[in-house]
Amino acid sequence: MSAELAALLPELALAAGAVCGLLLGSWLPRYRQWPVRLLAALACLVGLVTTASAVGTAPRLVFGGSYAVDTATNAGRFVVLAATLLTICLSVGAVGAHHRETEFHVLVLLAALGTVVLVGACDLLLLFAGYLLASVPLYALAGFGKDSPGTEAALKYYLVGALLGVTTLAGITVLYGAGRSTGYATLAQTLPAGPRSAVAVGFVAVLAGLLFKSGAVPGHFWIPDVAEGASAPVAAFVTTVPKVGGLVAVHRLVTAVLPAVEVNWPLLLAVLAAVSMSLGNLAAFFQDDVRRLLAYSTVSQVGYLLLAPVVATGSALALPSLLFYLGAYAVTNLGAFAVVAELPRARRPDDYRGLARRHPGMAAVLVLCLLGLVGTPPTAVFLGKLEVLSAAVDGGYAWLAVFAVVNTVASLFYYLRWIAPALLRPEPERGEREDVLAPAGSWSALGAYAAGAASLGLGLAGGAVLPLVSGPLLP
Amino acid sequence: MLSLIVFLPLAAAAVLAAVPPSAGRRVFTGGWVAVAAVDLVLVVAAWSGYDAGGGLDYEQRLPWMPSAGVSYHVGLDGLSLPLVAVTAVLFLACAVHSLRRTDRVKSFVLLFLFLQTVSLGLFTALDLILFFVYFDLSIVGMYFVIARWGHGEARRSALTFFLYTFVGSLALLLGFIGLYLSAEPHTFDIVEIARADPLAGSGARGALVLLAIGVGLAVKTPTVPFHTWLPPAHTDAPAAGSAILAGVLLKMGTYGFVRVAMPLLPAVWRQYAAVVVVLGVVSVLYGALVALAQEDFKRMVAYTSVNHMGYVVLAVGAAGLVAGSDEQARSLAVVGAVTQMVSHGLLTGALFLLAGVLHDRAGSYDMNAYSGLAGPAPVFAAVTGLVVFASLGLPGFSGFVAEFQIFTGSLASATIATALALLGILITAGLLLRALHRVFLGRLRLPGAPGAAGGFTDLRPSEAVSIVPLLALAVVIGVLPRFLLDVVEPAASALVGVVAR
Repeated sequence: MSAELAALLPELALAAGAVCGLLLGSWLPRYRQWPVRLLAALACLVGLVTTASAVGTAPRLVFGGSYAVDTATNAGRFVVLAATLLTICLSVGAVGAHHRETEFHVLVLLAALGTVVLVGACDLLLLFAGYLLASVPLYALAGFGKDSPGTEAALKYYLVGALLGVTTLAGITVLYGAGRSTGYATLAQTLPAGPRSAVAVGFVAVLAGLLFKSGAVPGHFWIPDVAEGASAPVAAFVTTVPKVGGLVAVHRLVTAVLPAVEVNWPLLLAVLAAVSMSLGNLAAFFQDDVRRLLAYSTVSQVGYLLLAPVVATGSALALPSLLFYLGAYAVTNLGAFAVVAELPRARRPDDYRGLARRHPGMAAVLVLCLLGLVGTPPTAVFLGKLEVLSAAVDGGYAWLAVFAVVNTVASLFYYLRWIAPALLRPEPERGEREDVLAPAGSWSALGAYAAGAASLGLGLAGGAVLPLVSGPLLP
Repeated sequence: MLSLIVFLPLAAAAVLAAVPPSAGRRVFTGGWVAVAAVDLVLVVAAWSGYDAGGGLDYEQRLPWMPSAGVSYHVGLDGLSLPLVAVTAVLFLACAVHSLRRTDRVKSFVLLFLFLQTVSLGLFTALDLILFFVYFDLSIVGMYFVIARWGHGEARRSALTFFLYTFVGSLALLLGFIGLYLSAEPHTFDIVEIARADPLAGSGARGALVLLAIGVGLAVKTPTVPFHTWLPPAHTDAPAAGSAILAGVLLKMGTYGFVRVAMPLLPAVWRQYAAVVVVLGVVSVLYGALVALAQEDFKRMVAYTSVNHMGYVVLAVGAAGLVAGSDEQARSLAVVGAVTQMVSHGLLTGALFLLAGVLHDRAGSYDMNAYSGLAGPAPVFAAVTGLVVFASLGLPGFSGFVAEFQIFTGSLASATIATALALLGILITAGLLLRALHRVFLGRLRLPGAPGAAGGFTDLRPSEAVSIVPLLALAVVIGVLPRFLLDVVEPAASALVGVVAR
């Protein structure tokens, strides 16, 4: 038992951080709750250190085969914890000295914990527990500002999440009925013998909730509203971290449970991937709010990421490419949101005119991250995309790779709509208008630099990272 | 040595980036000229130390991403060394030409230093991903050059350029992935894939990979029908940007044919060589005919680039037509193609820098608006005249050496195509002479000031120093081509041997 608990140190660190933070926060003065922030950061750091020490140990299943501690879990933990740490860094300007700062950090830690559980879950019930834990705190965070855009965002987020959550639960029931178990290992043996239509319906229903977490079509409706309505750090977190959980969970589900089942799930995932990237790109074309633009760009990114689960059983490259791309995407997307958080008054791409003159560092990070999201070498997303496309071609889905490439070209258009004013046009005469390029503070700038450097560094040092994300998937 | 040549400009850019813009523009332009000159000296040293017989020289291979099959693999051979040299020469010429620039000098210089590293890197890369990284970054860099320092509808042209060539680069990436997956063990290394020749006899798969790579390179070259991005990009780019775009970036496409498409897919290349020949001839004729109809000097030069690159495509296509030709002829065609790349780089670079002079003095490229410039600007007229003669392939200049070899090498295997392509020379000769005649002869007329006499300054020293050496090199290659051919010929016959395998 204690040995099994020792395997879950990162998760325990997050849980302990959340609980202790809540207790500590209730004893602190209302406007001086920074020790909780420190505690949250510490929890993430402890989690990162314990994850790093777990890398290289033999992969294993704990707690009766319901939770896998393997390469995918370790990579997922690492990405989630690092992203959470960056989010905490970004949030200092927005919620520092806020009288509900404790709540913010506790909710972020709990959502991160839920995401990690999603990553490692090998049992449908644990998967659903992770789903709830990763969703409920985020509903609250979306409406954290208690303003009308935030409330609208929270409501939409909650409604979509509740609907697809119930669908998932129904799917779990159906799969349980068809396979007489909720554990992946047993399901893999019993489902092929079960009724095919019930298995297909159950799988699609479970998938619905995971697509909601990933922000893929058809579970994407909440993303633009949350990105626009919530505060920048929350938007950054919500569009980045849950995707890690959702996508790894999809990958694990199809690899562990479905290979022997006669359901054409790769085609279903391929169509969802194609629709996600196209819809995200088309919708982003004429967005006039940078956060909505980024939100739709994340929908298209999920489309590219879904290429890996499509060929989960068809190519050995699938899992490493998914894990690497997730890490690359996380830092790059957080970098772009960090620039947004650093310049909170600039809402439209045109507001960024003259950024290169005013804040050359921010302009550099913005260009690096946006071109990175396009997939320009040598950034990390390029390498992720390269691996994902290789996996897709290798797995016999060359048409999907071509589709992804066409979409990438289309996406360049709207990223350039943002880059061009930032770099090429001079700042307009300000006159009476407010200063839209006023920086928020040094913490979000630090976060932006860190994310930008990580995005470039991960691309250049991909050779060192790729072996770490290559490994077997349990069970 | 090679990595030093490639990364010296980038290192210099990093140093200059730390210098505040208030240090004065001379620090930046002077630094740029110095770095470009040092880099050229290094390239000349590399050339003199180059061992022509031994295949790849200055080879260096370091693991970069072993699990992804990517390594940092660079080296020089007879196909890449001349292009590296042209790149170094052209960047130095642009540096000198831009000495008088005053508009946002710091970022201009940094961007060009970055572009120099990228261009040199591409011509030395022996790994497909390394090649692709440079290929893509060259697009990004040039986008900013056109969009920030261009004129007219610069931002629109830059966007067209970026989107169009980005499509090409991603098609290329798909092709590279196809090659990577077909090689066993999976690798992106050009030398290893060429040795293994994994797609021999693979049928449709090899054809698809060649299609993807071919489209990617054809967009960059550009050949008809993928050329539509080129005229607006050239017209609206600043002079130095146009010179680099035409002189260096276009060569990335044709260089890709001889470095990637031919040696890595020899069987498929032989199978579809006829298609390449047709594309080449169409580019030759179409480029020449459309150039004939242009009123804008820069646009005209841009279309003659399509024409000149068409000869290169024709030659590499003919080198794949094994039936009906001997190895010597095919080798000659490849030598001609490489010489044409060098020659076109020098001469079109010079022509675009001259066009920049025109725009600098009177703010227009419209040939109708000019007349009689030979009066106030005799040196300008003489230099332009010589460059134009060289460009249309007059004996004694590099263009003749190149085109003569291309035609001789292609005639046996692609007789009709070569005969048709010869017409292209005739048309270009006509249109270039007509342009000379309209702009330089007759009564003096300048745009915006009808009947005004004078007001057109002749070539300034920095302009002359940047343009005349390019012309001089073209003459040297035209009169004494052996120093170049001795380097190219062994590599060309090796390539032809690989293709015929």
